Amino acid sequence: MPELAHHHPALAHQFENLAQQKEASTLGMWVFLVTEILFFGGLFATYCVYRHWYADAFTAASRELIVWAGTTNTAVLITSSLTMALAVRAAQTGERRLLMTLLAATMALGCVFLGIKAFEYYSEYIVHHVPGPGFQFEAEHYRHAQLFFSLYFMMTGLHAIHMIIGLAVMAVMWWLSYRGIITAEYYNPVEVSGLYWHFVDIVWIFLFPLLYLIGRHAH
Amino acid sequence: MPLPPQHYLNNGYGVKSWLLTRDHKRIALLYLAAVTFFFFIGGAFAVVIRLELATPAGDLVSDETYNKLFTMHGVMMVFFFLIPVIPAVLGNFLVPLMIGAKDLAFPKLNLASWYIYMLGGLFTLYALVTGGVDTGWTFYTPFSTVSSTTKVIPTALGIFITGFSSILTGLNFIVTIHRMRAPGMRWFRMPLFLWSMYATSLIFVLGTPVIAITVLLIAAERVFQFGFFDPARGGDPVLFQHLFWFYSHPAVYIMVLPSMGIVSEIVAAFCRKQVFGYEFVAFSSLAIAVLGFLVWGHHMFIAGESVYAALIFSILSFLVAIPSAVKVFNWTATMYKGSISWDTPMLYAIGFIGLFTVGGLTGLFLAAVGLDVHVTDTYFIIAHFHYIMVGGTIMGYLGGLHYWWPKISGRQYNEALAKLSAGIIFVGFNLTFFPQFVLGYLGMPRRYHAYPPEFQVLNVLSSAGASILGVGYLIPMVYLMWSLRYGKVAGSNPWGATGLEWTTTSPPPTDNFTQTPIVTQEPYVYPRVEGRVA
Repeated sequence: MPELAHHHPALAHQFENLAQQKEASTLGMWVFLVTEILFFGGLFATYCVYRHWYADAFTAASRELIVWAGTTNTAVLITSSLTMALAVRAAQTGERRLLMTLLAATMALGCVFLGIKAFEYYSEYIVHHVPGPGFQFEAEHYRHAQLFFSLYFMMTGLHAIHMIIGLAVMAVMWWLSYRGIITAEYYNPVEVSGLYWHFVDIVWIFLFPLLYLIGRHAH
Repeated sequence: MPLPPQHYLNNGYGVKSWLLTRDHKRIALLYLAAVTFFFFIGGAFAVVIRLELATPAGDLVSDETYNKLFTMHGVMMVFFFLIPVIPAVLGNFLVPLMIGAKDLAFPKLNLASWYIYMLGGLFTLYALVTGGVDTGWTFYTPFSTVSSTTKVIPTALGIFITGFSSILTGLNFIVTIHRMRAPGMRWFRMPLFLWSMYATSLIFVLGTPVIAITVLLIAAERVFQFGFFDPARGGDPVLFQHLFWFYSHPAVYIMVLPSMGIVSEIVAAFCRKQVFGYEFVAFSSLAIAVLGFLVWGHHMFIAGESVYAALIFSILSFLVAIPSAVKVFNWTATMYKGSISWDTPMLYAIGFIGLFTVGGLTGLFLAAVGLDVHVTDTYFIIAHFHYIMVGGTIMGYLGGLHYWWPKISGRQYNEALAKLSAGIIFVGFNLTFFPQFVLGYLGMPRRYHAYPPEFQVLNVLSSAGASILGVGYLIPMVYLMWSLRYGKVAGSNPWGATGLEWTTTSPPPTDNFTQTPIVTQEPYVYPRVEGRVA
C-alpha cells in the first residue's frame, strides 16, 4: 500500500504518502476556519455591544427586514449543506456522476441564496434603509437604526462574499470530478471544500436570528 | 573546501526560477530582500524624525509632515518589517530543515503569501508616495474615519492584505509542525526555535483576522459612511481601540517570541550546553502567546475603561512577566559553567537578553495603572516598546541571521567586522532610546515635532545615538553581501552545533536532505566539557 501510494499522481513531493497529505490539508482547513471564526468574531462582538446598548432601536430596525426571505434562505442553505455532505459521501465511494450532480445541486442552492439576498438588498435600497446621507427611518431611532443597518450590510455582505468564494471552489471541485481527478482514493479536496461550505452555512445560522428575529417576540 | 556541487542556490538562475519557486529556502530569501527594503524605508522616516527632534523648534518639517513621518515609520516597521521578519525569513528557511522535512506542508501557499505581502506593501507604498497618512500607526477613531483627509483607505487595505500573508504563514507552520516531523522528532525533541515559531503561529492565526476585520470596518466607515466607530452616529471609538489592541498587543509577541527562540538556539550552541529547563522554556513560549491575548486593555487605562476592567488587565499584564523571566533566567542558567565562545551570534544574544530585560522591566511600570496614567503617550512608552521591538526583535533577528548565514549562503562573513557592528548597534541603540525613558518620565509627550528647550540635551543624545545605530545597521548589509562571493566556505556545521539543519550541506540541497533523517535523541546534546561537573 505505501508503495502504491508513493506513485499516486496527486501526491505532492513534500509528503511521504497520501495519508499524510490528507491529514495536512484537513488540518490546514480547520486552522483556516479558526481564523474565519475570529474574523467574523470581531463583527459579532461589535454587534453584541451595540445590540446591548441600543436594544430598542435594534428591535425596531430588525422588524424592517424581510423575514420570509431570511427564513427561506436559511432553509436553502441548510439544504445545501445536506447536498454538500452527500457529495462528500459520493466522493468517498467514488460515484462520479452522483458527485457531480450533488455538487451542481449545492451550487444551485448557493445561487438561489444569493438571488434572494440580492432581492433583499434591492428592497432595502428602495425604502432608503442603506446607511448614508439618504438613510430614512423614524426620528426616534434614526441614528442607531442606521448603525443596525450598517452592521446588517457589513455582516451579510461579508457572508455573501464568502458564499461567492464557496461557489468558485465548488465549480473547481465539479471540474476536478468531471476530469476524473477525484477518486475514492483521492477525494480530499471535496472533503476540505465541504468543511468550508458548512462553515459559511453556520455563520448564516448565527446571523439569521441575530439580525432577523430579535424583534419578533415583542409586537 | 568547495561548496557542494548541487544546492538550492544553483538549482536554476533565471528570474522565473526565483519568482515561481516553491522552495521554502528561496521564498525565505525573497522575503529577506523584501523586508530589508521595507526596513530601510521605515528607517529613513526615523532619520528625519530624529533630525527634526535635534532642535526644540519645529523647524525642519511642518507639523502635518511630522504626523505623516511617524505614522509611516510605524506602519512600515510594524506591519511590513517587525511582524513578518523572523517568521517569514528565518522561520521559512528553518522550520522544514529543523524538523527534517523536504518543505513546508503547503509550498504554493507559501509562495502566495509572499505575493500577498508584496501586494499589501505596494498598496501602502502607493499611499506613501501619493501623500501619506497622518493617523498614527494605531488608526484611532474617529480621527481616522471622520477627520483625516490623508490616504487612510489604501494604507488600511495594505494592512488588510498583508494580514493574509501572516495568516497563511502561521497556518503553514502549524500544519507543518504537526504533520511533517521526521521519524523520531517528538514534540519534546524539537529545537526551541520551533516551539517559539509554533507559539507565534498561534498568534498569527488567532489575532490577525481580528485586525483584518477592524481595518475593514475603518475602510467601510470611510467609503460607505457606516458609523461603527463615529460617536456622532452612535458608534463607539473605544470599541475600535479594543478591537485594534486585541490584535496589536499580541502582535508584540509575534515580534519578540521568534527572537526568544533564536536566542535559545544561540545560547545552547555557544555555551555548548543543553538549554537549562528545556520544557519550561518551551512552555513559556506558549504561555506568553496565551497570556498575550488577555492583556490588551492595558492600552486603554486612560480611555475611559472601567476601574475593575483596568485592575484585571493590570494583573494579567503583570503575569506576562513570569514566562518572560523564566526565559531570561534559564538562558542565564544555561550560560553558567558553560564553555562560552564570543562569536557574533552570541554577542547579539547577550545584547538581546540585556535589552529585553530593560524593556520587560519597564513594561511592569506600564502595567501598574497609577504609573501608566503618568507616562501614557510620553516618550517613556516609546522607549519601552523600542527596547522590546528593536532591542528585542532586531537583536534576535541579526543574531539569527549571523548564526544561520553560513547555512543560508554556504559562506562565512567577516567576523571582525561583524563583532564591531554588533558593538556599534548595542551602543547606538542604548544611546538612542535610554534618554527617551528620562524624557518621558519628565513629561515629554510623543508625536510632537516641537518641544520645550529644557529637553534638548536628551533629545540630541537620542539623535546622536540614532545616527550611530544607522551606521551599525548598514555595515552588516555590506559584509553579508560581500561574503556571498568572497566569504570563506563554511562547511556543513561551522559552529559545531546540534540540530538537523546542521547535518545537511551548506547551502542545503533543494530537497533539504539526501534521505529523511531519523531523530534518536533530545536537542542540544553537546559533549561534556573537560573539568566541568555536570
